[in-house]
Amino acid sequence: MTPQVTVLAADTDGINGVALSVLIALFALVTIAGFMATRFKRADSLESLEEWGLGGRKFGTWITWFLLGGDLYTAYTFVAVPAAMFATGAVAGFFAVPYTIVLYPIIFIFMARLWSVSHRHGYVTTADFVRGRYDDRGLSLAVAVTGFVATMPYIALQLVGIQAVLEVAGLGGGDNIVAKDAPLFIAFALLAAYTYSSGLRAPAVIAFVKDILIYLVIIVAIVYLPGQVGGWEAIFGAAEDKMAATNEATGGPTGSFIPGAGQGWAYATLALGSALALFMYPHSITASLSSNSRNTIRRNAAILPAYSFVLGLLALLGWVAIAAGTQPIGLDGEPNAQLVIPQLFEDMFPAWFAGVAFAAIAIGALVPAAIMSIAAANTFSRNIYKEWLKKDATPAQEAKVSKLMSLLVKAFALIFVLTLDKQNAINFQLLGGIWMLQTFPVIVFSLFTRWFHRYGLLVGWAVGMVYGTVGAYNVKNPVTGKAFGGSLDNIPGIGEMGYIAMTAFVINVVVATVLTVALRAANVSNGRDETIPFDYFADADDPRVQKDLAEHAHHEDPYGDPDDVPGNAPAR
Amino acid sequence: MALAAVLLIIPIVVLLWVPHYARVEPELLGFPFFFWYQFLWVFICSALTWTAYKLTLSARGLTSHKVGEDR
Repeated sequence: MTPQVTVLAADTDGINGVALSVLIALFALVTIAGFMATRFKRADSLESLEEWGLGGRKFGTWITWFLLGGDLYTAYTFVAVPAAMFATGAVAGFFAVPYTIVLYPIIFIFMARLWSVSHRHGYVTTADFVRGRYDDRGLSLAVAVTGFVATMPYIALQLVGIQAVLEVAGLGGGDNIVAKDAPLFIAFALLAAYTYSSGLRAPAVIAFVKDILIYLVIIVAIVYLPGQVGGWEAIFGAAEDKMAATNEATGGPTGSFIPGAGQGWAYATLALGSALALFMYPHSITASLSSNSRNTIRRNAAILPAYSFVLGLLALLGWVAIAAGTQPIGLDGEPNAQLVIPQLFEDMFPAWFAGVAFAAIAIGALVPAAIMSIAAANTFSRNIYKEWLKKDATPAQEAKVSKLMSLLVKAFALIFVLTLDKQNAINFQLLGGIWMLQTFPVIVFSLFTRWFHRYGLLVGWAVGMVYGTVGAYNVKNPVTGKAFGGSLDNIPGIGEMGYIAMTAFVINVVVATVLTVALRAANVSNGRDETIPFDYFADADDPRVQKDLAEHAHHEDPYGDPDDVPGNAPAR
Repeated sequence: MALAAVLLIIPIVVLLWVPHYARVEPELLGFPFFFWYQFLWVFICSALTWTAYKLTLSARGLTSHKVGEDR
């Protein structure tokens, strides 16, 4: 609210030369690092999914920490969370903090089991595990397709993150379609090239640069900015005033300062639903399975919350922007809350530091975009190409298909963002979260028990998908009246607003349970299980695990238990 | 193992029980309770998870490998 800030905010037109130079220099640095990454933890050949798609499964605690941190806390997160805080307040924005706190105890509980069984059987995707657990191609396909489809818009959103930065730096505007999108195009072409050549090693190396930049930028901002706008009292005061003010379009308050009565359910279900869904996404699984032992995962569950702390600080920067009077106006002259963080940095910091901040966000988009495209490509080559199109594919062919698919997936994301309204990507991302949660019972329940029946799980998944999609479609934007206006809806039977994905999840589990009881009573076969209890707690130092890995590296054995009797597989 | 499970469930229950912390007072360094309390839980949760990890490690070390038993 200080006058000099308003003067600075007016200076948003044109290209910010210094900031742009810093951005380009840092971008060039990570591009070189990306291509050099083939030498990182060097393998004899990258021509298998184990190597190209999982980095040889040999990342230790710290590499995994950077990789998972770089993977989960995406550029879009950095742009969208403060934007939500800025626009509508704590329920829509700050739930990211409890979300990323409860996340880690949850993955502590099941991820070690998934790691062990995947190591024993050479699984690369969750759909591989479902295939092995039930020998059911339909259920495996459902998991694979859900993951693939939900990941695509997420990659597109990373581009939206880069676009936001370029727009504030002064690039990407104008009527010339080539000049407008050329920077984005070049950035993504480079990303595609080094992902193709280095596989998962590229984002693993770049994640170091990205995370260090992010920590640096946010800590500097959180120490320096509050003093510039009158301290935290003033920041929270400004936010409280804005959220209590009447929104002209809806007639209600603009947003929530802290969740009021009746908003507790919304806040809690958003946090829990998002936490349960996040590690169902293929890119989270890929980064987890690339670690070198089950304890690496568990140690990371204890140290990854460092990112949650930073994310909370970043969320509050959305409110610092309110106090600073930041005006996020796009190059088209329209207000766009997504630009609030880049705009805040351009207004408040010297140009070179704004450039570092822009680079942090742009590079922050590259790491998840690379891992997501690798994960989606692995899912395609493993669970669609090899399973349905070419059963006798060799590991080299699988890797080839994956590499090509990683290019296609990125090309699709680029076309998506360049030709369609950004809102479509955001809508699909919202749906993606709802969809991913519906695979939770199939994957996580099956890690602990085979009580649930495969057909029950499949029907439960289908019902959850339909309910969630229809539910999200029916939420109308209060201003524009368009569909997919948000992720909250009335919870039937409770009468409070809650996250649609959680309602769909509960219905999913109830349907699966009821059908399981019926199908078990009718003695319908629950498929063959190729796993044994030992598989779920095997660790990397186990000689049997080493032997299995060597065997499965070549995929000479088909999936499945050779003697058709579940649970009696010999210790190989 | 049971103790480890309890340690892991504590933060989930506490943070999902929103009404007990959705308030402004007491403030800390200008931060309303709602915000600093959740920041505090980042550290508590991390410590609980680390303790649970150490517990599972020692549980693994004390018992011999038996098929069908998780640690």
